[in-house]
Amino acid sequence: MQKRKLLEEQFFLWLMRIVTLSIILVFLFIMGVIIKKGYHAMSWEMISQEPQGGFYFGKGGGILNAIVGSLYLAAGSTFCALLLGLPVALGMNVHWVTKTKFVGAIRFLLNALWGVPSIVFGAFGFALMAYLQIRASLLAGIITVTLFIVPIFIRAFDEVLRTVPQGLMEAAYSLGANRTQIAFIVFFRQALPGFITAILLAFGRGIGDAASVLFTAGYTDHIPQTVQDPTATLPLAIFFQLSSPIPEVKARAYAAALILTAIILIISLVSRLSTRRFKKNIL
Amino acid sequence: MSNSSTIIDQVQQVNGGEAGATSGAFPNTSVQTSDSPILQIRDFNVQAGDTRILKDIHLDIPKGKITVLLGPSGCGKTTLLKCLNRLSDLHPSLKVKGQILIDGEDIFHPTQDLTTIRQKMGLLSQRPFPLPMSIYKNIAYGLKIKGIRDKKVVKEKVEKHLRDVGLWEEVKDRLHGPAARLSIGQQQRLCLARGLAVGPEIILADEPTSALDPISSRKIEEEFLRLKEDYTLIVVTHILRQAKRLADHIVFMYFGEIIEQGTPDEIFNHPKSDILKQYLQSGH
Ligand SMILES: Nc1ncnc2c1ncn2[C@@H]1O[C@H](COP(=O)(O)OP(=O)(O)OP(=O)(O)O)[C@@H](O)[C@H]1O
Ligand SMILES: [Mg+2]
Repeated sequence: MQKRKLLEEQFFLWLMRIVTLSIILVFLFIMGVIIKKGYHAMSWEMISQEPQGGFYFGKGGGILNAIVGSLYLAAGSTFCALLLGLPVALGMNVHWVTKTKFVGAIRFLLNALWGVPSIVFGAFGFALMAYLQIRASLLAGIITVTLFIVPIFIRAFDEVLRTVPQGLMEAAYSLGANRTQIAFIVFFRQALPGFITAILLAFGRGIGDAASVLFTAGYTDHIPQTVQDPTATLPLAIFFQLSSPIPEVKARAYAAALILTAIILIISLVSRLSTRRFKKNIL
Repeated sequence: MSNSSTIIDQVQQVNGGEAGATSGAFPNTSVQTSDSPILQIRDFNVQAGDTRILKDIHLDIPKGKITVLLGPSGCGKTTLLKCLNRLSDLHPSLKVKGQILIDGEDIFHPTQDLTTIRQKMGLLSQRPFPLPMSIYKNIAYGLKIKGIRDKKVVKEKVEKHLRDVGLWEEVKDRLHGPAARLSIGQQQRLCLARGLAVGPEIILADEPTSALDPISSRKIEEEFLRLKEDYTLIVVTHILRQAKRLADHIVFMYFGEIIEQGTPDEIFNHPKSDILKQYLQSGH
């Protein structure tokens, strides 16, 4: 008996080690490929300049237009998703907490939306553009990506809020706090690190998605000056350049992928470090 | 509140642990009837779906005393406490019927202001839930809700209430550190101080010591005995010895009903119903 237990334990221990290791290996492999194929094309020029004439045939310039465009787009839509999503997530867990059916229905809908592929949001955004009579632009891209990431943000934040202990809420109510005070002072503080993770998740999905911006944001060689200008994005920069037969241009696609990955890594690192400060007060 | 320093109280406080056992020598049966009750619970019923959680509760809570609720798990003690400060509102499945009068006003009256009601009752739960902020702010938070913002007043009150619960010396150097870092026993006393800061008339305590070590438990008990000078306490406990040490009045509940109530002497030494007798035997 004793021996069997030990064996079992060993088995699962090793299983865990192997799985963990393979995940790390896959990650390193992907990074390796991107770096290997992209690093020739990486240069200061690449991240500091807009495409010059003949860029797409291997001549000079960079993808600053796509970097800035993607940052604008992702930041804008994350901000909008926050404005729309925060009240909903807090509402589901504080204000409407007694209306279990209503909240259940919202959760169901959000889950369904979470599962909808981004190309569908792209198509919807495209239809919306025609209806609102706006052309492919930063604005249209932001609207579409917002719709795409808002369910992701709400569900992620909702999951965090649901782990806030009921007793904490009751304690705050017992002090005479009203719902808004509870939502913001108690819930929000308790869930702050989770909130930041949720934003990050939404931002990451927003900046990395190609299908939703394909028809809605357009593509240009310039940094957008107003929200009505079309904008380039990193996923599409990868997409277009990767389909080129010219090796220099293909390499630039990998460089763009590297930049995209670096942006996401930097942002998650910064937010992890900044949440550390807030964690100390959490139960 | 002035009636709280009767002879019986003083003897019980002096005697501490043995008070419950000896109080039978004093005729404090009359205490309940001579005092005006602070809370009157009338024909009170709580239902969840088809199950009746509380059945026709009729109970007077004497002012300035410690009332202990006893009863086996699931008999509705927590539910009763939660109804007293209308935390029951958070559970839509609970249907409430009947009246609970505090100073003659019905807690469940539709025009009743929830904040006022809840601030009249400080709740101490089974496990401490400090707010996710510093020790200082935990207490200042309740004051802020009451509209007390003057820094000097807040500071004084924070110190006073931390002293009240015997926590001041332990935390005075780290007031602005996170409350979550305190030990569980300290957190529970902080929660008590936080509740006191709001200026309640009644303290509701739901198994307040069940998560604590014996020493912390004793500290809370001592606190309670001191607090009844100024407050009315309702304490739920499963620990019979604790009930003996604390109670002026004991209410025994079983399956949502009040089976018996009386002084510790009546309940422990002269139980009338078989259910209570059995409960006391199994509980020792
Ligand atoms: N929100 C609710 N919905 C449905 N049933 C509930 C709800 N809250 C409590 N109950 C039921 O009411 C009964 C009494 O519960 P309560 O928590 O008041 O018991 P208790 O006396 O405090 O028990 P314990 O000593 O174990 O804490 C239990 O059967 C419980 O399942
Ligand atoms: Mg209980």
